[in-house]
This record gives sequence, structure tokens and C-alpha cells, in this order.
Amino acid sequence: MIESIRGRGLLSLDDLSKGAIVEVLDTAESFVEVNRRSIKKVPALKGRVVASLFFEESTRTRLSFETAAKRLSADVLSLAVASSSVKKGESLRDTIATIDALGIDAVVLRHRSSGAALQVSRYVPHVRVINGGDGQHQHPTQGLLDAFTIRQVLSERHATTGLESGASLFEGLRILIVGDIRHSRVARSDVAAYATLGAEVRLCAPGTLLPEDVATWPAAVADDFDEALAWADVVGLLRLQSERGSGAFVASLSEFTFSHGLTVERARLLKPDALIMHPGPMNRGVEIDSRVVDSSLAVVERQVSNGVPIRMAVLYLCVAGSAEGQV
Amino acid sequence: MSAIVIRQGLVVGEHASAVADVLIVDGRIAEVAATIDAPSDAHEVDARDCWVGPGFVDLHTHLREPGREAAESIESGARAGALGGYCALVAMPNTEPALDNVALVSYVLERGARTPLDIAVAGAITKDRRGEMLAPMAEMAALGVRLFTDDGIGVQDPSVMRRALRYAKPLGVRLAQHCEDEQLAAEGTMNEGALSGRLGLIGRPALAEELMVMRDIELVRLTNAPLHFLHLSTGRSVQLVLAARDEGLPVTFEVAPHHFTLDESACASYDPMFKVHPPLRSPRDVTALREALSAGLVDAVATDHAPHAPELKDLVFDEAPAGMLGLEHAAALTFEALGAPDDPRTFFQVLSRGPARIAQLRSVDARVRHSAHGAAMVSGEDANVTVFDPGSRWRVDRHSLASRSMNTPYDGRAMVGRVRATIAQGRLVVDQGLLR
Repeated sequence: MIESIRGRGLLSLDDLSKGAIVEVLDTAESFVEVNRRSIKKVPALKGRVVASLFFEESTRTRLSFETAAKRLSADVLSLAVASSSVKKGESLRDTIATIDALGIDAVVLRHRSSGAALQVSRYVPHVRVINGGDGQHQHPTQGLLDAFTIRQVLSERHATTGLESGASLFEGLRILIVGDIRHSRVARSDVAAYATLGAEVRLCAPGTLLPEDVATWPAAVADDFDEALAWADVVGLLRLQSERGSGAFVASLSEFTFSHGLTVERARLLKPDALIMHPGPMNRGVEIDSRVVDSSLAVVERQVSNGVPIRMAVLYLCVAGSAEGQV
Repeated sequence: MSAIVIRQGLVVGEHASAVADVLIVDGRIAEVAATIDAPSDAHEVDARDCWVGPGFVDLHTHLREPGREAAESIESGARAGALGGYCALVAMPNTEPALDNVALVSYVLERGARTPLDIAVAGAITKDRRGEMLAPMAEMAALGVRLFTDDGIGVQDPSVMRRALRYAKPLGVRLAQHCEDEQLAAEGTMNEGALSGRLGLIGRPALAEELMVMRDIELVRLTNAPLHFLHLSTGRSVQLVLAARDEGLPVTFEVAPHHFTLDESACASYDPMFKVHPPLRSPRDVTALREALSAGLVDAVATDHAPHAPELKDLVFDEAPAGMLGLEHAAALTFEALGAPDDPRTFFQVLSRGPARIAQLRSVDARVRHSAHGAAMVSGEDANVTVFDPGSRWRVDRHSLASRSMNTPYDGRAMVGRVRATIAQGRLVVDQGLLR
């Protein structure tokens, strides 16, 4: 169990303690304020170099990380490669060695292969590696920003602040995660974060889109979607990942919408103050109806804007912080 | 005349073992006796506290030649084998191109004949190992090929497998199957279970192996043709084949050292060194395999020695090829899994006698030029002898292996038991643990 990401990297939320997660959320609170200033920049990482390596297509995560690094005054080396395959020539190890030779403090890595971030952390043990999403494994900053968004909204409602509330607002909070859980790194990170923070998590998906190991997850499976919607305080939707082959797991997109799409009719089953979340990019009309996205319950845009302070917090803690007992 | 005398080792008989000297003259065992007056020019091998038994036979070696000589060659594989105590290796046919015709089989046999070991060949069952058209098994059998397999992949189509078994039976050869249903194993890279789910790696379910084992047992029942099951990795697979064997069906099976010494938890590091097909399984499967091994139920331990060039094993987990080295540490791992026994018989049974019988390396067929393997340690036998020191302690170092490749999952692991000498086809190839 990792008690703090200070001076370390961030590869997974699976092994982070509650304290470690709350520390990131609390750190992000102060950066929210920075992002509201007219001059959105602090010198925290001045002179540090952050490499942003995206071996898989991504717009929002990459923009979010690079914006975060720049607002901390870090220099950013940015490399986006459509394919990382060995067939293209250079291996991941060689690419990392090349970037490392330029002198870097941290790497943000997005890769289509599970475990790539852990492997990179072995190649360059002196560099802080931050996982920007690896295969079907983890997307830890997404899990953190989702938790942060929930805490932000709930603390506003309870007329308190995120800092004061700590993890208390998650105690007994009912969170439902719906959709392509099997192929989703976001689901794995979200569930780890929510369960660690004390929430009660349920999963709902067509049988083929539940992970094979679902019995070992710290979450229950809900068979009845309608019932689960009425139960939930928070509903997290996931992108149906047809590019990862989920197409073969359901009969058709419309069949998926029929059984597990958040339609206008189904949205009426929700509690009046329930939160609707989606990590993006959304398939409007598939997992979520456009009108539901635009309803007052949806906090999708907040998730996007919270991406920057969360990633600032992660970069700051990993790069500027030094772990106890570590040089 | 050349003579070798192996002094005062525990000479392993099929039924009893006794400390004795073994004299080898001109490639044959000349005498086994409590003490022997050897010729003065005889090379002395000190075997005190060692086991002296029939040389090991590996049913499952990927020698990579032709096609992938950067990973291994017949020559380098033979050296690795000799260090591991092997006198005979069965070269797997998934080379590039595949060993599916007499020209390529002859090439490997000829290159093999230049090494001190007996290099046998397993031919492909189907052309180019595609699982569609039968390869010319009769022509290859005439060259002495006794084992056929598409290893690396199983014959997926049950009608092709049925036909292959029918075709093989009158030829007196044995088919060997890599059991994994590719539809189920799909893109999988490790054992399917809670761990693969947590790691976000696609699983190769145990079911993919077990379903094909079940299917093939029924095909053997139908055809009564002998079938050898390669590298069984789950407790259930072993159970199924044992039950079929008890029924009297002509089935045999092997287990690989990595499947009874490592479990899937090794994959948590995403280190491709631990990627292999069939995958490393659950701790429960490891226990089941060890129990079968200790109970003497296993026909053979086979290495599935699968060298890969370093750059290929240095990729992300899902892109790296499957397979790991085996020849140089299989004996020590088998010794470990047997619980460092005092009685050497099971050890030599699974490493020598069992595999020699399956590979038909004691065939009386005149067309087969193989030296007799898996022998009793009696005078008159071909001298294929391994001297194993059960007390020797050593550590695996991937940089000091004889193989051209370094992809051992055991780098740095402490081992007990090491091959001290290998006498292959009458020649002392390894002495004092080193190649001569």
C-alpha cells in the first residue's frame, strides 16, 4: 500500500491508500484557484522537464497534462506517436532511453499496452513515471479527477469545502458504473478510488462487458439497470469501446442503448440530485442520450476542467515532493 | 580405443540403484561393477555423491534453425542441451520455413549430426503448420521422424486432426498436440483469472487448453492412434489425460519445468520473460502438476526451450513473443519439484526413459539411426549417460548460458542440483559441469 505519491510515480490506483488519494485531492484544491487567476501559472516546477509521451491517440488527456505541466512552469517535451508497434522500428525502451538522454524529471505515458508505464518505470528508475492510461489496465488521473469532481460537487451542496470534508462525503455514497467495464481502464481506476475512499460501488453491464474477474472487484454487480439507477447517488457511464473490440460483445449499438443506454426515459428513474459522469469522449446516442448530457445532472464539463488541477497536483507531488526516507 | 570410467556414482537402475563404477569403451557401456580396473588411458569422471543414469532426452526443443538463427542454432542449442544433461533433443518444426517436408527435415538431421548430441526431428502435421492440408508424414517417417506436431499452435480443425491421427497410425508414428483452442485463447497473453483482470491483460483461459484435451482424447478413442499431449499446464488437463490413460487409450503427456515451478503471479511485473503459451497458471495448477510429478504419474518432463532474441523479449507484454529458455535448468527444477528426493528413479524416468520411449529413440527400425536412449545402465548399451550432482548449488546467470538467447525467467535464482557430466553417443561432452 502506497501512503503518498510524493517523490514517486503514479502507475495505478489499485495500491494507493486512502490518505494518498486524499492528499492528491487536497493538493488539487489549491490549484483550482490558480486556474481561476488571470495569470494561470505558478513557479512550482520551474526548471523541471516533463516528457509527455502519447503512443495512443488522445486529445483531452494530453492537452490536460501538458496544460498542467505548463501552469507549473515545467518545460514540456511532447511526443505523440500514432503507433508504438515494434514493426514501426523503435522499441519503447529505445524511445524512452532517447528521451531520457535529453534530461527529464518526469514522463507522462499513454500506451495501448497494459503494463507499459510499469515497464518504463523500470527502464528509467530515476524518472517519475505518471501513467496517462495503459491498455485496459489503469488510468489513474482519470480516477482521481472523477473522485475530485464528486467531492467538489457534494461539498458545495453541503456548504463545506473539499479540504474540510476529506473523504467523509464518500462514506456510504452509492456509485453506479455502467457500460463497457471489461475493456475500460477508467472503470478499474474509478472503482479503486471510490472503494478506497469508502463509497459503495455497483457495476452494471451486459454480461459480456463485465470483466471475467468481476467477483474479485470491491464492487457488487447489479443485474437490473433500472433498479440500480434509482439506487445510485452517482452514475458513471463509460465509452463503449468499439475500437477495442467491444463491438463483438454486444449485438449492436442500438441493442446496447436498449439495454444499458442512459436514455431520457431512464434518466427519470434517477434521484433528483444524482450526478451523471462520463470520462469522454462520449458516444452520444449510444451510452448516453444527448439531452441527458445537457441536463443539469451531468457534470461532464467539470470533469474536464478538473483534469488540469488534478494533473497539476500529481505532477507537483511526484516531481517536487520527495518521499520520506528517499533522497 | 577410447575409454571413459565414471567412478563411484550412484548408478541408477530401473528397480534399484547401487554405488558402482561404469566403464565406457568405444561408445558402449563395457562394464558396470563395484570397482573396475580401467585402462590407464581412460578418462576418469569423479562421480562420488552423484547420480549416474541414462542421458536425458528432451521431447520439446525449439532450435530455431532454419530461419531464426539470431535466437538459437542447432549447434548452440545442442551445447545448451549438453550442459543440461541432454543426450538427445527433439527439434520442433515451427522454424521458418516449417519442417514439413523431407528437404528441411534432412537439413536439420544433417546439421544435428555435426553436433555431439542426437538431434531428432518432429515433423509438422500439416503443411506450413496451417492446420489445413496434411504434410507428407510418410516421407518424413521414412527419414526416421517418429513424432509429428504443429507445436506453437494446435491443430484447430477437428476433422483435420481426425484425419491426421488416422493417417499416422499405420506409419507407426505418434502425433503430439499443443492444446489450446485459438478461438478461446484469442489475443490472450497470460492465464485468465483475477490477476489478468487486475493487470488489464487479456486472458488465455485454462478452458482453451482443457477443451482441446477433451476433444483429442475422444479422437484417440475413435482412431486408436497414439497421441502425445505437449506441455500440459492445468491440473484438470492432467486429470483428463490420466483418466484416458487408465482406460487404456494410447495417450502420453509431458509437463514443462516452468509450469511446475512458476505461477501466474510472475506476470504482475509485466516482464515478458514470463510470457509463454500455454501461460503460467494458478498456484493450484502448479501444485497439481507437482503432485502428479512426485507420484510418478508424469510420462515426461520436456523443456519447451524457446529462445528469443533479446530485443523481442524487451517489448511491452502484449507485443513480446511467448516462450522461455529451458534446457540448462530443467534438471535442477525437476529435482526441486520432486522435493530433492533421495531416490533418483522418478527423476531419470521423467527426464530420460519416459521421453525416450515417446520419441521412439530405442526403435529397432533400421531406418532410424538414433542411438538407443533411455537405456538401462548395463553393459552393451549405447553410452548415453548423465552424471547429476544433487548436492551442487548454483545460481542462474542469463549472461553465462550456452544458448544464444538470454530469455530465462530464472535469472538469479538459486538452484540445487547440477549436471556434472554428459556422455552423449559415447563422447564425453560435458565434464565437471563444463563443455569440453
